[in-house]
Formats: sequence, C-alpha cells, structure tokens
Amino acid sequence: MDAMLSFQTVYTMWLREMLRFKRAKSRIVGSLATPLFFLIILGTAMGSSYNIENYKEFMAPGIIAMVLLFSSIFGGISVMWDREFGFLKEILIAPVNRFCIALGKAFGGVTTAMIQGILLMIITNGFGVHYKSLPGMLLSIPIMFIIGIGFISLGIALATKIESHEGFQMVMSFLTMPLVLLSGAFFPLSKLPDWLKIAVHLNPLTYGVEALRFTLIGESEIPIVVCLVVLTSFAITTTAIGGWLFGRMEV
Amino acid sequence: MNAIVTDQITKSFNGFIAVNKINISVKEGELFGLLGPNGAGKTTLINMLSTMIHPTSGTGTVNGFDVVHDSASVRAAIGVVFQGSTLDEQLTGWENLDLHGRLYGLPASLRKKRMDEVLDLVELSHKSKLLVKTYSGGMIRRLEIARGLMHHPKVLFLDEPTLGLDPQTRLHIWEYIRRLNQEEGITIVLTTHYMEEADHLCDRIAIIDNGQVVALDTPEKLKSVFGGDVIILTLDTSEDAKKLSRVYKEAGYASISTEDQTVYLSVKKSEEVVPKVFSTAFTSGINIQSMTVRKSTLDDIFIHYTGRGIRDNLVDDITYMKYKLQTKRR
Repeated sequence: MDAMLSFQTVYTMWLREMLRFKRAKSRIVGSLATPLFFLIILGTAMGSSYNIENYKEFMAPGIIAMVLLFSSIFGGISVMWDREFGFLKEILIAPVNRFCIALGKAFGGVTTAMIQGILLMIITNGFGVHYKSLPGMLLSIPIMFIIGIGFISLGIALATKIESHEGFQMVMSFLTMPLVLLSGAFFPLSKLPDWLKIAVHLNPLTYGVEALRFTLIGESEIPIVVCLVVLTSFAITTTAIGGWLFGRMEV
Repeated sequence: MNAIVTDQITKSFNGFIAVNKINISVKEGELFGLLGPNGAGKTTLINMLSTMIHPTSGTGTVNGFDVVHDSASVRAAIGVVFQGSTLDEQLTGWENLDLHGRLYGLPASLRKKRMDEVLDLVELSHKSKLLVKTYSGGMIRRLEIARGLMHHPKVLFLDEPTLGLDPQTRLHIWEYIRRLNQEEGITIVLTTHYMEEADHLCDRIAIIDNGQVVALDTPEKLKSVFGGDVIILTLDTSEDAKKLSRVYKEAGYASISTEDQTVYLSVKKSEEVVPKVFSTAFTSGINIQSMTVRKSTLDDIFIHYTGRGIRDNLVDDITYMKYKLQTKRR
C-alpha cells in the first residue's frame, strides 16, 4: 500500500512536468538551436584550423552532454520558481513522502532532458556526424538518464538553498559554464597540463561526455566501466542529498 | 474532542516574536475565526498548525496528532487554502485539481466526481479547461478554495478565503463554508479581515494582536461585553480627543478608544449616558463637533482590543493581493 502511494506520488509529479512540457514543446525544441550552432560553426572552424580529423564527431557527444547538463540543472532549479509562484506550498502540504516528490520532479525533468538529448542525437547524425551504430545510439539513452538524474538532483539541492534570481544567475555562471568547459566536451584529455587534467577528472560531466563518446563514436580515453561507476555514484549521491534537503524545506 | 489544541505555541523569526505563547482549543465541528490586524500572527499560527513551519517552542495538536512529531498524519487530515495563489499557472484549472486529487490518493472515479462537484460549487466548470494564467484574481481564489475542499479534510484552514472577491461570490463561499461545516462536520479555522464574515460565520472568534490572543468568545458574547451602544464623538483636534478620553476614564467609563479627533465610548444604555457625556465635555472646555449613537458591532470590539480599526489594513491588503497576483502574470 505504501509502495503504491509512493509510486502514485512520483507519477503525479512526473505527470505535472509532462503537462508543462507539452505546452512548452516549441520552446524546448527551439533550445536545440544553440548546441547545433556550436557543433556546426565551432566544430567546422576548429576542425579546419587545427587540422583535427573528424572534430565534429569528437565534439557531438560533448554537445549532447552539455544539453543534458543545462536542461537537468535548469529542471532541478525550477523548484525555485515553484516556491516563488506558490505551487511548492501545495506540494509540501500534501500528505505524501517528500522524497517521492523530489524523485518525481527529477524523473519529470530528466524525461524532458532526455527528449532533448535524443532529438539532438538524431539531428546531429544528419549534420556530417556519423555515429558508430544503432545499438550504440540506443545504449546512449540509459547513459543520458544517469547523467540527467545526477545533475537534476544537484539542481534541486541548490534550489532549496537559493533564495533569489541573482542566486540562479550565480549558479549558471559559476557552476554550469565551468562544468561544460572543464568536461572535455571540446578537447581531448591526454595533452592537458596537470592542473587542468586534475580539474577535468574531478568533474562528473567529464565521465558523461566520455561515456557518450564510447557508445556513439566507439572511442573514449576513460574506460566505460569507470565512467559508469562514477556517473552512478554521482547520481545516487546527489539524489540522496537533493531529496534530503527538499524534505527539510520550509516555505 | 478537540480538533485543535495549542499549548504555549510560539514562533519567532530572528528575534521577532510573531506568535507569542498562544493557547487555543478548537472543538470538533466548530467554525473558528482568527481576527487580527496585519502582522498579528494569524498566518504564522496557521502555518504552524498546518505543519508548514515548526514552532520555536510550545506544542500544537491537530486532529489528535502533534504538528511536529506526527506531521504526516496532520497533513493527511487537513486542507489548507493559503493567502497567496499556490496554483500552477502553466496548467489548466482541471489539471490543477486532478494533480491535487492524485497527491491525496483519490481513486480515478472519486477524483472525477469531486472535481465536478467543487468546480460546480465555485462556478468554474466552464473555465476548467483554460490555463490558470488566464484567470482573474477572483477566479484563482475560487479555484484555490475548490481544490482545498476536494479531499474532504477533517480540518480546513482558510487564510483570508474571500479577500478581494465580489460580494456575490463571497456569499456563495460563505454558504458553502457553512454547509461543509454543518452537513459534513468539518472543523474550519479561518482568518479574516471582514468583521461581518467573522460575525456571520464563526461559532467563536479569537482576536489576535501582536502574536497574542487578546479576546476569545462567541461573536454575541464579545459584542455584549460592553453593552449595546457606541457613542461616537467628533472633536476639533486629536489633542482634544486624548484629553477628553482621559477625563472620561477618570469619570469611570470603562471602554474608551480614540482615533484621530474621534472618541468612541461603548456603553450599556446610551440614553442615560449622553447627557453626562455632554456636561463632562462642557466642563472640561472641549467643543464637540458632532455626535453619533449606534448599536455596537464587532468592529468596535476589535478597535477596543487592538487600538486600531480593521479597515485601516483592509485597503493595504487588497492592494497587496492585487500586486501579488499581478507579479505572477509575468
């Protein structure tokens, strides 16, 4: 009975995110324009300037990971808007487990992020990028899920602590951008100076980029097993922290 | 059995005491009103009883469950209509209700039935498929109330349920609040600025000021404390008003309050007092511009206990409410 109720709560919160997604469809599809510009312009320019063969192919999994990161953190932080617009009270007053609410919110956000990731994967395949195989592309989907859960829970955890729009801007400039730039989405890991190498290896997104590179183009510098272990541990940790902080929230 | 009991319940925010050792008990099936000026602590009290915030000290039980240690049981037994909107404006009214029903574990068929009922009640059935962001302030309020009723709570908290609504809608809501209370036995606690609302609806009223209960009784008893009449004297200046009220106090009148250049006297029988009131003023050399005598209302009681008219706050609140609703429109 309790399990049934918990499932119902998770499902309800997921349903809400989907209802909102349905109305924001065009905006979300439109948001794929930026990563495509990155890939087409930056990818072509860098590839030709530095004589890197297939730079676009190298970059494409990184761009997908970037979109997942943006979408997930944003989805998690939307808890902040829920607080601002009052809806959070309606959720927190309900006689349900708050961890399940956070989980439902996370699943909803991650579904949105995955839809974007999958669309981007399909579109980029037609822009001069050739992914290795269909099974590889299918395998990328669960990896997108793990990446998404990790960062959306991080977003939820941050949202419980952020009071203002300024805080949101800070997160975007001091967390999201460094995570993307330090992820190896745009450059190979092997030739980096030591300080940068350490920073890149401490970044969970690096393992997401590398895992997607493995499944999509069949090569990665970090072994896939290591990637999966790090990504899964990251997702479990942030979910635990995010859920816990969300449970303690007062409105 | 008591639906709500508080024992010395207190909440302070960074040293500011919003609710100060309040002890109230609300009987099961009672319609209980909390009256007080802005910032008196009514909403804070409701937030504590609905488990949204933790008391700094003291305890409270709702439906027999402790609000801190058994908050999940409390939440299952209550419905809350908050002061500001807590709807998801990106969704339709229907979707908002549907999500609410799901969160409270109503099975599909019951959910559908209750949604039809409550939508009908607040006359929003024809608008239920529209996005909430297209609703007017009054419609938002009505939908909010409808949603709070959906899961048939044992105790319903209504924080300013009819603030900013047109008189017709307000009458509808009153009627339904009373019907819920009488037919279904739901205990209802409401805060309000409208005296006539409290007078009309509530079995008992607690007047709250500066975080404390300053008076608690039935509306009839509250009104009868100072007898039936109020004498209102308008003087030349507020200094005169203060001076005259001192003189009256020395002369033995118990209930006096002043507001600018007006003095209010609550008395048992005005016909016996009016001559004395005049002569006292005359001997003190204070000129009376005008005098009115009327039956006392709950407003007078309120002014007596809090030293303020409740109307002073009302305008502010409606402006505030409108402001809040507007900022949500972005």
